[in-house]
Amino acid sequence: MAATSTAPSLPPALADAVRDDASLRRFLHGLPGVDQVGVEQRAAGLGTRSIKKAAKLWAIDTAISMVDLTTLEGADTPGKVRSLAAKARRPDPERPEVPKVAAVCVYPDMVATAVQELQGTGINVASVATAFPSGRSSLKVKLEDTAFAVDAGATEIDMVIDRGAFLSGRYGQVFDEIVQVKHACGDAHLKVILETGELATYDNVRRASWLALLAGGDFIKTSTGKVTPAATLPVTHVMLQAVRDWRTQTGQLRGVKPAGGIRATKDAIKYLVAVHEVAGPEWLTPDLFRFGASTLLNDLLMQRRTQLEGHYSGPDYVTVD
Amino acid sequence: MWEYAPAPESRDIANLKPNYRMFVDGQFVEGGGEPLKTVNPGTEEVLAEVSTASTADVDKAVKAARRAYDRVWGRMPGAERAKYIFRIARLIQERARELAVLESLDNGKPIKESRDVDVPTAAAHFFYHAGWADKLAYAGLGPDPRPLGVAGQVIPWNFPLLMAAWKIAPALACGNTVVLKPAETTPLTALVLAEIIQQADLPPGVVNILPGAGDVGAAVVNHPDVNKVAFTGSTEVGKIIQRQLAGANKKITLELGGKAANIVFDDAPLDQAVEGIVNGIFFNQGHVCCAGSRLLVQESVADELLEKLRVRVSTLRVGDPLDKNTDIGAINSREQLAKIHELTASGEAEGAERWTSACPLPDKGFYFAPTVFSNVSQAMRIAREEIFGPVLSVLTFRTPDEAVAKANNTPYGLSAGIWTEKGSRILWAAQKMRAGVVWANTFNRFDPTAPFGGYQESGFGREGGRTGLEAYLDV
Repeated sequence: MAATSTAPSLPPALADAVRDDASLRRFLHGLPGVDQVGVEQRAAGLGTRSIKKAAKLWAIDTAISMVDLTTLEGADTPGKVRSLAAKARRPDPERPEVPKVAAVCVYPDMVATAVQELQGTGINVASVATAFPSGRSSLKVKLEDTAFAVDAGATEIDMVIDRGAFLSGRYGQVFDEIVQVKHACGDAHLKVILETGELATYDNVRRASWLALLAGGDFIKTSTGKVTPAATLPVTHVMLQAVRDWRTQTGQLRGVKPAGGIRATKDAIKYLVAVHEVAGPEWLTPDLFRFGASTLLNDLLMQRRTQLEGHYSGPDYVTVD
Repeated sequence: MWEYAPAPESRDIANLKPNYRMFVDGQFVEGGGEPLKTVNPGTEEVLAEVSTASTADVDKAVKAARRAYDRVWGRMPGAERAKYIFRIARLIQERARELAVLESLDNGKPIKESRDVDVPTAAAHFFYHAGWADKLAYAGLGPDPRPLGVAGQVIPWNFPLLMAAWKIAPALACGNTVVLKPAETTPLTALVLAEIIQQADLPPGVVNILPGAGDVGAAVVNHPDVNKVAFTGSTEVGKIIQRQLAGANKKITLELGGKAANIVFDDAPLDQAVEGIVNGIFFNQGHVCCAGSRLLVQESVADELLEKLRVRVSTLRVGDPLDKNTDIGAINSREQLAKIHELTASGEAEGAERWTSACPLPDKGFYFAPTVFSNVSQAMRIAREEIFGPVLSVLTFRTPDEAVAKANNTPYGLSAGIWTEKGSRILWAAQKMRAGVVWANTFNRFDPTAPFGGYQESGFGREGGRTGLEAYLDV
């Protein structure tokens, strides 16, 4: 592990953890384990919260404002990105009071188009980078990928960690990469995608979360959306617990972004309940919690109308993109 | 900043009636005792008037049970008995919502628990035991186990329907007939279970349900024609029963109090241990005989764990039992609330450090905010006596042997919890625990296939599982 001068400043106890490869390993393996049965039981239990009326409407609007509206397809075109940006600006054209989404998330070559479309709206442009989604390339390529997106105007970078390195125990390498990508980001916010579906165990999710936080990630994100399973409630619980513990130890607030597979309002509300009760009410803001999603937005809009109008209107009454 | 809107389950679903009557010989009849009024502990309003049994009614019920045993139930093939028991199980499922709401009204427990735990587990007990009815010869209890006769059963108020199921299901499966007395403060769901039993077309007299106070319970267990006594309740009453029945030719099982320890070692999964501790002591307002009312935590992680625990307990929502988001409902009665206040005051007086969640409490009804005492020593009353409320006593230990010694240092011995990621330590500690149920990395999980029961002053005999059948059989 390179003695990185760019490593973020940490309180003494944690600074020791990233001194060298062996310290980092000892620290990550010294974190308390996660009991699978217990965390899944807790997630299911919190999932039974019944959110009604004003609380539901508040949750829907908050969830809309937390959406990173995403298109990550080989078939993406400037036209597709333009219409996505229009949707981001005014999710429900008939109802101007609906909040705009937090960000539009695209591949690096689409950043310029998105930036142009979203100028002056306050909506962030997020770009995936670092050889997304597999992360299988050289560090040089990953840094250039990041710089390309930042130069084009991306204000948020969603990087992927090297899962191969993580799973073979080369934590220092993963750490260094995050530190360097963070450096390449400049002022752009860095979201670190753990790809929890490939990490497989909750213990690994906790370790990867801490690794990303130690390396300076502003957000920890569950998934690329290209691997099954993507975001799950228990995995998000573990990550929310990590940012909460991080705050306890450092006083800093870091964010969490579940991505992939969250399609229904009902599910989004379960995530918000988890944010509220596991991390804490401070995290109920787009600055600290995001949904990586595309289809979720329309369901939120339909449920919003249902709440206000008292009946369900159907998918033909919201715009497809 | 995000307030959950009230999400109350409708109380109409409970089908509450102004009057409930006792169930004897297949009929609902007026009892000869002074009627009792059952109160909703969440609001202190009277829910219904319930007729109670007199001594003569007890005699009538036992005679009916004897008749049913001699003429029908005792000689019925197991496969036939099973059909009735399966029917009861299915009817409980069909009327699950009604039972859950009624249970929360009468008992004060949160609807999410009556809905997700009490009622489904009650149905599961009937399903499980129905399966045994025609296989008793293969239960490993001898080639031809015979029923005992009439079972006299007395149950507590903390899980009114579930305890009735724990008692009635194995008794029926093994070919016995039943006279059951529900608790004075929570008779309603047992009487709806009686409706279900009627609906299931059980022969008259096979199950009789007699509401009333302690005197009715005493008359049931002391009746000379009762062959088997099963009691769940306080150690104090358990001792009286055992004294009274000394020399009587009755088979007894007693499931009494507890002061269980949750032992958290320094290599435990801490976040889930916190969940387990919360579930152990705050589930059902702590009205659980196997509640994890003592927390033994290794000193090296004590501060971190306690900090996490307080944060977690602060999120518990105390209030209207019928609200689907309520985590802690109402204390069952004014008497019980007074007892909790008395014991927590003693904890403060003896020098323990009290922390109570700042959660708001409703103005009316019997409520107690979740409370954690730290710096507790074994000598304090809050470490030795059963509080039966949402109050946790935290003690620390330095070595595994010390943990075991402190955990076992109680006249009780119903349950224990062990939290560690190390498998060998779980097995080692479980071997050393003098407790009937030992949970590892979880707590308060109930399953009809797992025997439940205690050591020492927590009683004797087992309920559930293959072992539990023995209590209702002549083997």
